[in-house]
Amino acid sequence: MTDIFLSALTDILTFQHIGYMLLGVVVGLMIGVFPGLGGIAGLSLVLPFLYGIDTTSALALLIGLIAVIPTSDTFASVLMGIPGSSASQATVLDGFPMSRNGEAARALSAAFFASLVGGIIGAIILTGFVLVARPVILSFSSAELFMLSVFGLSMVGVLAGKSLVKGLAACGIGLVIGSVGGAPATGEFRMVYGVDYLYDGIPLVIIGLGLFAVPEIVDLLRRDRSIAGDKGLGSGWFAGIRDVIRNWWLTLRCSSIGALIGAIPGLGGTVVDWIAYGHAVQSTKDNPRFGQGDVRGVIAPESANNAKEGGGLLPTLLFGIPGGGAMAIFLGGMVLLGIQPGPSMVGSNLDLTYTIVWSLALANVFGAGLCILLAVPISRLTLIPFKLLAPFMIVVICFASFQATRILEDMLALLVLGLLGIYMRRFGWPRPALLIGFVLATQAETYLYQAVQFYGWEFLTRTGVLIIIGLTAVSIWLGMRAKVSSSSRDELLAEEAAHASGLTENIRARWPQLVFAGLMLAGFALAVQDALRQSFLGQVFPLMMALAGGFFTLVLIGLLAFGRLGTAAAVDAEAGIGTDEEAPERSMLASLFWLAALVALTWVTGFFIALVVFFIVFLQVRARASWLMTAILTAGAAGFVLTLAYALNMRFPGGLLQDLYRLPWPFS
Amino acid sequence: MTDITRFTRRAALGAAAMAAATIALPGAAQAQYDFSGQTVEWIIPFGTGGGSDTWARFNAPFLSRHLPGNPTVAVVNEPGGGSTRGANLFATRAQADGLTILGTSGSTQFPYLLGDPRVRYEYQDWSVVMVGPTGGVAYASPSTGISSVEEIGDLVGQRLTYASQGATSLDLVPMLAFRLLGLDVHYVFGFGGRGDGRLAFERGEVNIDYQTSSAFINNVTPLVEAGEAIPLMSWGVLDEDGNPQRDPTFPDLPILEEVYEMVHGEAPSGDLYDAYKAFNTAGFAAQKMVVLPEGASDELVEVYRQAWRDVFADPEYQETYAAALGAYGQVTDGGADALFRAGTTIDPEVRAMVVQILSDEYNVRLGD
Repeated sequence: MTDIFLSALTDILTFQHIGYMLLGVVVGLMIGVFPGLGGIAGLSLVLPFLYGIDTTSALALLIGLIAVIPTSDTFASVLMGIPGSSASQATVLDGFPMSRNGEAARALSAAFFASLVGGIIGAIILTGFVLVARPVILSFSSAELFMLSVFGLSMVGVLAGKSLVKGLAACGIGLVIGSVGGAPATGEFRMVYGVDYLYDGIPLVIIGLGLFAVPEIVDLLRRDRSIAGDKGLGSGWFAGIRDVIRNWWLTLRCSSIGALIGAIPGLGGTVVDWIAYGHAVQSTKDNPRFGQGDVRGVIAPESANNAKEGGGLLPTLLFGIPGGGAMAIFLGGMVLLGIQPGPSMVGSNLDLTYTIVWSLALANVFGAGLCILLAVPISRLTLIPFKLLAPFMIVVICFASFQATRILEDMLALLVLGLLGIYMRRFGWPRPALLIGFVLATQAETYLYQAVQFYGWEFLTRTGVLIIIGLTAVSIWLGMRAKVSSSSRDELLAEEAAHASGLTENIRARWPQLVFAGLMLAGFALAVQDALRQSFLGQVFPLMMALAGGFFTLVLIGLLAFGRLGTAAAVDAEAGIGTDEEAPERSMLASLFWLAALVALTWVTGFFIALVVFFIVFLQVRARASWLMTAILTAGAAGFVLTLAYALNMRFPGGLLQDLYRLPWPFS
Repeated sequence: MTDITRFTRRAALGAAAMAAATIALPGAAQAQYDFSGQTVEWIIPFGTGGGSDTWARFNAPFLSRHLPGNPTVAVVNEPGGGSTRGANLFATRAQADGLTILGTSGSTQFPYLLGDPRVRYEYQDWSVVMVGPTGGVAYASPSTGISSVEEIGDLVGQRLTYASQGATSLDLVPMLAFRLLGLDVHYVFGFGGRGDGRLAFERGEVNIDYQTSSAFINNVTPLVEAGEAIPLMSWGVLDEDGNPQRDPTFPDLPILEEVYEMVHGEAPSGDLYDAYKAFNTAGFAAQKMVVLPEGASDELVEVYRQAWRDVFADPEYQETYAAALGAYGQVTDGGADALFRAGTTIDPEVRAMVVQILSDEYNVRLGD
């Protein structure tokens, strides 16, 4: 064993290995900073260069890239509220409020230091775990995976905020949206209505951008100030590092959660950050301010998502089953290098496995270190007046959205989900609950169906399943206890302007919320109607979920219509109900119009021309910038997007113009 | 579907004419096309990191090295719709100037052969310049009571379970094979890939499975050595006349045709066997194809075929391809034409029968 450790260590600690790893880290950092471009883009960028480099160096390059991406995507999550990738969606919840409170530098350095620690702890756990990983991974059958999905869904209770009913209804929406597309059991297509785009289901990245980024951008545009407002950058980055050290026990727990859940193939890394976040909410007793900028809400998901990459290596190396998108590319890269995954990775190639695991830890140190150095200069972005930053952010989220399938429909979907996100934000429907439902819909359905096929309903009595049921119960209990102990009765109630009780008065005061809930109810009805047309195995899951979601929406409508003054269910940010925010001065539709305009322009002229026109018009009309400023910013944005697209050899979505004429790149 | 037979004949004639042209003017064709400083976009209708992507990325630098003028060959991923989106895009947008090529896979061929409504491409419009075959091996668990393929008769009448990616995926080939053998196989769908299926096998949840050749060698061979898996048969390869032969990677394993004889005492024939042959070719023997768009001139086709000939002769390619892609030689010219034809044509009656089976037994609705 010692000689294997030594051989792996000597491989890693050579000048050449570290050099290539640093190269990977730098490339990954540049790619990862850009939302939507995760490891997949970065790895496809370097894959062509893998030829002619020896195996260990090429691996070092790949690992450098993978390691830094869940770290660098934090910039967008924290500074702009744009979930950089699926791994940092939970980071947005507290990271972005911290930026708005003028604590961007602290949030970033806490996130990066947590990433660093998470990566190292993950590697330490894996060093031992790799030897027993094969039987452990094999012991997670479809039955255990289904229960783990249920465990993930139980986090809705924690993430629901004030009103559990709303959380459950939002989760129902997520589960229904998640079941759009091919049914796992029969392959029949649900809720596609003949639209090609819907056949594959809606991409996760678009759900994340639509629900979280669009509402924030629209809100900021309406307020016309910088992200940090007049609060400045506040305390520097050392405070963030201190935060992690003070919360070392939380960091350790979340890293372990990340490494272990990441190692289970099939659940996917997409829920790890939510589970870690939920765990932080459940287990924090002293003075929690989750959702308003609690640094622990940043530390938990960030330490977990870096450890997760290490965990994800195990199924990739041992079984050839990639745990996520980035791991799929890593696997492709390995195959190109002539390394075949399989049992030999814990046998004759064990030293190679250790080289990979520890390289990942080392690359984490480099990556997070670099990011910490960059945190202060980059966080100055939050001081820029938002009307100058807004066109960049709108272009960035559109660009990120069509990374999914690179067609116009991606942007349309973004717009539709953005609208949903805006109203969910306004009426206090918890968006994380929708996201969890969406992420787990396919998994819950697939694994339930498979478990019943393989084991019958007795699957519920398997030891592993019983253990996870126990964990779920503990988690729910902890969540309830956390909520009861942390909030006083007054805090649970919404502040509503006094109005007389009674149905008519309630409707008069709360009609926008009621209309929105009614629309959601109609959505559930549509899902039920579609489900009834499918075969039994194709309909049973979406039917149950839509009925449950519809039921909770009905309860909510009842609460709103008949509930007394100040019921926790009543939230309307525009009317100042249940929120601390001041109502912004500009109208929502005017701000959303700009995003819609870019989408519409793209539909006519293709993305690149649309981008240029959009920038000029926005800066002139909305931001009232000088022509010089307009020219500089437009050229900067166009140049940047071109460089990126050229390097990744990507084509932009085309419009009517491209259908009629054949144009040279980048207009094509 | 009658169109296809007509087109096929035309394609065959075209291929013959092309072969003649090859001998006559190899130099002239090269001179007309010079891709210096240009970029050839190689459209892969799948996401990054999968089998097709890896295959294209392995081949791309060699193709770049041997095309006239050494253009950059860029792999462009256009995933979606089970690969139909990228292929549709290629069919509507690509110009026959040699700067756009498409790499297809079994999952592009299957919806075309089955008449999926999302398919708006026509293989017979395209010109094939290279075909990359692969193979697969079916195996069973010793818990079924058999210890070698000779006892396959004992499987008949048992309830077997198979973990499937879906009835219209490459799993259609083993489904048809098991059906031919009269095995009673229960299919559990919703698996993400063959790797997940293998995991279910290792857990003992399923007792019959198949893997593509390289996955079989790396991941199932250790199980076979430990007595935890019994190899049954390979899908075989096609010789130059289109007859099924044993897979040279697994010379000791019988192919389905041999196993069929063991079970039924006669050589396979009939619609079901024709269906198996068509989908087996489209899914394995002719799994990966490189095609040029509609309207590609004979010269352009020859330029590409010459490039592939040179790639196959490249010592570095010969040294590395087996490790990356497995031991199946990629082919161009006549070999590619034969595989292309066999892998993209199907008798309308055979197709109707398969669609019927899919809809009756697995609830697959191709039209909506």
